[in-house]
Amino acid sequence: MSEEIEKLFKDMAQSIIDGDSDISVELAQKSIEMGIPPLDAITKGFVVGVNYIGDQFGAGEAFLPELVMAGEAMKAAVAVLEPELIKLGEAREIMGRVVLATVEGDIHEIGKTLVGTMLSASGFEVTDLGVDQSADKIIGKALEINANLIGLSALLTTTMVRQRELIEELDKENLRPRIQVMVGGAPITRDWATKIKADGTSEDAVGAVALAKQLVGKS
Amino acid sequence: MSHKNIKTISDPKLKLEILSKDDVRKIHEATLHIIENVGIRFPSKRALQIWADVGADVNHEKKIVKVKPYLIEDALKQAPPAYTLGARDPQQNLSLDGNHVHLGTDGCGVEIIDIHTGVKRTTELQDVRDIAQVADATEEVAFHWVPVSAQDTPVEARGLHELKAVWENSTKHVQTESIYNVDEAKASMEMAILLAGSKEELRKRPVLSLMQCTAPPLGHDGGSLDAALIAAEHGVPTGFMTMTACMTTGPATMAGTLAVGNAEVIAATALLQLAYPGAPVFYAAAQTASDPRLGAYTGGGPEDFLFGAATNVLADYYNIPLSMGSFATGAKEPNWQAGLEGSLSTFMASVVMSDMLLGCGFLHGSRIWSYAEMMMDCEIFSIIEKMMHGIEVNAETLAMDAIAAVGPGGHFLAQKHTRNHMRELFMPQFLDRRPYSKWEETGEDARSWAINKARKILKEHQPDPLDEIISKEFERIIKSVEKS
Repeated sequence: MSEEIEKLFKDMAQSIIDGDSDISVELAQKSIEMGIPPLDAITKGFVVGVNYIGDQFGAGEAFLPELVMAGEAMKAAVAVLEPELIKLGEAREIMGRVVLATVEGDIHEIGKTLVGTMLSASGFEVTDLGVDQSADKIIGKALEINANLIGLSALLTTTMVRQRELIEELDKENLRPRIQVMVGGAPITRDWATKIKADGTSEDAVGAVALAKQLVGKS
Repeated sequence: MSHKNIKTISDPKLKLEILSKDDVRKIHEATLHIIENVGIRFPSKRALQIWADVGADVNHEKKIVKVKPYLIEDALKQAPPAYTLGARDPQQNLSLDGNHVHLGTDGCGVEIIDIHTGVKRTTELQDVRDIAQVADATEEVAFHWVPVSAQDTPVEARGLHELKAVWENSTKHVQTESIYNVDEAKASMEMAILLAGSKEELRKRPVLSLMQCTAPPLGHDGGSLDAALIAAEHGVPTGFMTMTACMTTGPATMAGTLAVGNAEVIAATALLQLAYPGAPVFYAAAQTASDPRLGAYTGGGPEDFLFGAATNVLADYYNIPLSMGSFATGAKEPNWQAGLEGSLSTFMASVVMSDMLLGCGFLHGSRIWSYAEMMMDCEIFSIIEKMMHGIEVNAETLAMDAIAAVGPGGHFLAQKHTRNHMRELFMPQFLDRRPYSKWEETGEDARSWAINKARKILKEHQPDPLDEIISKEFERIIKSVEKS
């Protein structure tokens, strides 16, 4: 590998560690101009930074905003490289496809959005439908994009029940385990997740990534 | 005002200046700037119409409203500065006049440490009844929130089942945080009218108040807004609570987080005043800092304590009462962290005379109810109440005669002066001052004493029963809301 390319990969990793989307996008474009295979740019460059921040976070050194900003910078860089991959008829290896949503009647979204950022930084393809989404819409989208996972958020004790309804709907249509369901939100306990037969729950976004990997058999 | 079996902080002797006048002005101006230029989301047709009618800049598609400062300031001037919260037993009415700090329970949890088995489990309607009954007997608790969710009741009428359960098991004021849609709000007003006697009586003696959570940053929930408007129409005191957290739903800086939360609260408060000028309103808040590493919201920590004191300065600036979150802790059991966070948050919110404090009884970021924690939180409140009286200095308290009588080297145990004043000293229930050997022998500590006290109350205390006819009517109202 030439020194120039080696430096580029290092800078790519650093742009993720610094959480700087402007620079990560710039470097992604530069790599295309230099004729570097987009898959190399992702795996030898940007992913190295994501892994570093992930390890730092795990060790209690990095703060959550650093993790989120790294995720955003990664997403921005991948968005530049993805069309090149498609042109080449290649695909980035993805961990799985996830549809995220906050249940009908509930407008709380910060936790769900955070889970989305973390999942996409970890190699999942995430479709975030936003808040106040009906079970039909969520399941419809999951079928449309051939998702492996649905992540369902609820903050209110009165909207938690919508999680159960969606799972019942999936079971009625015999769609599990083709589509598995993760539930989350402040009032969601392990007992609740068990009771409604969800495939899993996590109390925070980092745990949600570990759970998602486990569910798709890639932990 | 006398409060039957309610301990309340009044006539404080301690003072704290946490924000200068200039600081408050800067926060206020930043708040108005946010409301005018960034906007607040009001996802309610009714709310958007009210804003449009007064000439605010309304984006119906995004549901974001931008309002000129004068509209907000003029509306807020209509809010009554002081009023009284009614109770089923009028001797337990609570004055919100700036000279009282009343403690409430916290809400709304989803799990409880069972009082008999000590095992954590999902909450039910019976838990709402039991906690109300214990709180009814406890002199530190002046009013109720719905402490835990009655998860065994239908969701569409759950807030009403909870309300009925508290009213049937306590004569104290109820402030519910669990009514946030039109149907339940209307039904809860019907229930409150029944309890007060008439619409007019409810206005004079609101036995119910409503607390609505904002949706930070800079947003509201549509159901909450509609419910608040219904309450305001009935003269039922209503507050909007911001739970903005540094770094996640607010900026990492405390001043910025105060401004974001303030914008949510005063914009919605102004909305109620525009719709129903003079309606009783209050400011409510429980800001905190998210954990920098995990982003978790549990409450507690130094930022939380500072917010606890700073928010009352803001509420005072707008001349409305405050309902302030205190006792929030991330502790998983009643322990060092719970004691630390409960004490400092409650002290800071009390020393500035926040009108209402929420609330005792919770662990793990208001998720898990613990009776032991509730009892120990009450003791913390009692200690702070004692501290707020300060030190009285006069001829009698300087005790010159007693000092002369004892002289160098004696003791004060046999002095008449001592007998006259010893009961003014704080008598703890749960602070362990026994000999070491006693502790070793019994294995008991504050937690065991606290849970035993709660068990005794639950077994022995008989709350004044609610009129059976009213109970039956409550049932009918609830049935009408439940889906068949």
